[in-house]
Parts: sequence; C-alpha cells; structure tokens
Amino acid sequence: MKKTIVILLALLIPLSFTACGSSGNTLTMATDALFPPYEFYEGESIIGIDADIARLIAGKLGMELEIMDMDFEAIVGAVQTGKADMGMAGMAVTEDRLQNVNFSTSYATGIQVVIVRDDGPVQSLDDLFETGGFTVGVLTNTTGDIYTTWDLEDEGLATVERYMKSTDVLLALIAGKVDCMVIDDEPAKAYVADNPGLKILDTVYATEDYAICVAKKNTGLLDKINAALDELIADGSVQAVIDKYIKVD
Amino acid sequence: MSWFEAFAAKFHQCFVQDGRFANFMLSGLKVTLQITFSAAIISISLGSFLAIVRVTHDKNIAAMYPGSKRIALKAFNQLCKLCITVVRGIPMVVQLMIWFFVVFAASRNALGIAILAFGINSAVYTAEIVRAGIMSVDHGQTEAGRSLGLGYVHTMRFIILPQAFKNVLPALCNEFIVLLKDTAVVGYIALCDLTRGAYLIAGRTYEPFLPLVAAALIYLAMVIVLSKLFGKLERRLRTSDSH
Repeated sequence: MKKTIVILLALLIPLSFTACGSSGNTLTMATDALFPPYEFYEGESIIGIDADIARLIAGKLGMELEIMDMDFEAIVGAVQTGKADMGMAGMAVTEDRLQNVNFSTSYATGIQVVIVRDDGPVQSLDDLFETGGFTVGVLTNTTGDIYTTWDLEDEGLATVERYMKSTDVLLALIAGKVDCMVIDDEPAKAYVADNPGLKILDTVYATEDYAICVAKKNTGLLDKINAALDELIADGSVQAVIDKYIKVD
Repeated sequence: MSWFEAFAAKFHQCFVQDGRFANFMLSGLKVTLQITFSAAIISISLGSFLAIVRVTHDKNIAAMYPGSKRIALKAFNQLCKLCITVVRGIPMVVQLMIWFFVVFAASRNALGIAILAFGINSAVYTAEIVRAGIMSVDHGQTEAGRSLGLGYVHTMRFIILPQAFKNVLPALCNEFIVLLKDTAVVGYIALCDLTRGAYLIAGRTYEPFLPLVAAALIYLAMVIVLSKLFGKLERRLRTSDSH
C-alpha cells in the first residue's frame, strides 16, 4: 500500500511542472538583459527599447508584461516550448530563422559596425576584405557572427572568433587577441567611449531588422502583436521610445 | 506537411544545408577530442607526480633525519598541497577565463591555453585518485619489497604503483569522463567545440532541439567508448588476480 502511494506521488511530480507556463493575462517576454540600449537593468527593473516597446504592446493588448531574463541562447527554446510567449532581444530576421519561428513586423533597425584599435592592423573594411588574414572577434550567433562567417571565414579571408559575452570580445580586442570586432553600433559607441585607444570604422558592416520572435504555432498571438505594433508604429510611440534611448547628435 | 516531412526539413536545415554538420559539429568534435586527449596526458603525468610527492612525504617524513632533504620534501609537499587546494577550489570556467584573459593575456593560442587549463584542473583530481590508490596498497607490500632489498624508488615503481594503478582505474575512468564533458565550456574563450558547434547551428536556424540532441548523442557515444576501453583494460589487468 505504502509503495503504491509513493509510486503515485512520484508520477504526480511532472504534473506539478506543467502548471508553470504563462497563464491568462500575462504576456511573457524572454530576453537577455545585457544589451544596452535595447535591454538592460536599471536598479531592479529591466528597461530599454525592447522592454519599453513590449510594455506598450502589453498595454495595447490589455495584458500584464512579465520579463524573463535569461541567456541569449535559451530564448528561442523558451519561446518554442511555451515557457515564454515571445522573445525580444534585438533579434534579427533571417531566412534560416523564419523556417522555425515567426517574426513580427520589424520595430527597429540595427547596424553592425567594426571596432578597431587606433594602432591596430585593421584600419578600414578594405583591409579586412582585401589584405585578409586578420582575426575578427564577434558575439556568438549575432548577425555580426553570421555575416562575417559568410563574407570572411567561408571565403578564407579571416579567422572568426566567437565569444559568448560582448564584454569578452572587447577584452580580447584590447588585449590584441583579435584585430577587430563586429558588433551592434549602440553598444559599440558605449565601449569606445569607455576605452581610449579604440575607434569605430566609418563604414558600417551591415544593417539588420529587429523583430519579435513568436513560436510557429502561436499565430494568434503573432497577429495580436502585429496589430498592436502597427498602431504603435503609426502613432509614433515606437519612434519615441527609440529616440528616448538613442540620442541623435 | 506530415510530421516526418517537417522533421526531415528541419534535419536538412540543421545538418546538411551549408555543410553545417561538418563545419560546426565535426570540426567542434575535433577540438573537443584534441583538448580531452592532450589534457588527459597532462592530467595523468602531472597528477601522478603530485600524488607521488604527497605519498612519499606522508609515508617517510616521520622516519627521516633532520636535514636539507627533509626540508626540501616538506616544502615540496606543501607546494603540491597548495596547488591542489587552489585549483580544486576554483570553478573550471573561472580558471579557464583567468588563464585566457589574465595569465596568457597576450597569447592568441586559445587551444593551447584550453589544454593547459583543463590538464592542470584534471591533474589535481587525478593526484588525489592516484594517492588514494597508492595508500590502498597494503603496507606489507612495501615491507616485503624493502626486505627483499629493493630501494624505496624501486619498491614504488615495481610493486606499489602497478597494484595502485589497477585499483584506481574505475575512478580514473570517471575523471576522464568528467574531463571530456567539462570541455563543453571552452566556448567561453571563443573555441568552437562540439557544444558550441551545436549552439552555433541553433543560433543560426533558431532550431535548438536537433543540434543539442545531436551533440548529446555524440557525447554519449564517446563516453560509452571510453568506458568500454577502460573496462577492457581493467579485465586485462585482473587476469593475474586468479593465480
């Protein structure tokens, strides 16, 4: 008898986990809050372009926004398994990704730039593409990583080193482990401002569209997000959020 | 589209398209194996050395006459103890980052740094395993060796160590399995190993499950092969036991 009860209780354990998913009136957003000005901590709360736009969308839908901060690598899995309703972390739309998740309308444009040392061997994009043989530091799985893999590594023009934290790429650049780094222009500006001896190349490396990622099967939510986003873009609220964080000088 | 067709499409996208399996996972597997084997060699040689210093100290220090040899052995023993304490007390990832960004800040040889970091980390555990093995051999064996006229070094080399080695094989196998799986963190210093290879595919396709399951299966296969090899070695060494 005792054994039967124990076995029954053991079988119940997994059930207690299934109730953890998002419920009813909360919109759960998965993000990696180490990416200013798109998402970062100010005190206890996560703010930034993505977080603020998500709050506006939740407001439009009459829902409460809940932000789950996690490693960037975990976001898509969390969205696909329903642990989060949507992923918003400066995620760029690519053909490959569209086969496995849906993306909303794009709400912002990202720019990938190249940071170099003032006295370093790379001083222009031409150096990278024509001289060749340099080592490029990127953040794993960002578009900077994807594009440099295609343009430089696959063509045999450069070695691409993929770091897991953008601050580690920066450390590697300063220490001379890499000759340049390709990264989003907003964090790049902050890095260059904080570290004398570094500069951003004038020519941008690539541009990309940021969008919200939603699970393939969750088309109902995608439609709702798109409707809300379209209104927010039309009435200028999205631009207002972007202007708040990115000062044009 | 049927379930199978959808799966086939995903499989194609993750592993076939752009030669992803070969470019990311197989080249990653090569890095994983390179680090594991080279680190294992450092681990076993440095680990045995540390263990022998520790054992020699513990077994002989009481009987030694005061003098420079005794002082040297004591100092050496303390140094080994310190190394073991420090390395064992720091998480692998932190050690790796310190080797890469602090100790060898100017070096570009990430693979070499990883091999050194994993080798040293594993060595301190191997040292304790080997020490346990040596201590587990009955003291009577040493006495027998010494009474037959063998010196300390020869007794160690021909009588104690062979028996100790046999005793520690299961624990050593464990240690190498841990070493193999620990290498999954080398992505932190921008090396692309098997785990990172899987993540690179996941990040490019936004399909995390297939690459991760594939990586898991490859690790599992490697661990099974490793256990089998150790099992075989154990049986071979045990054949003399029945006589």
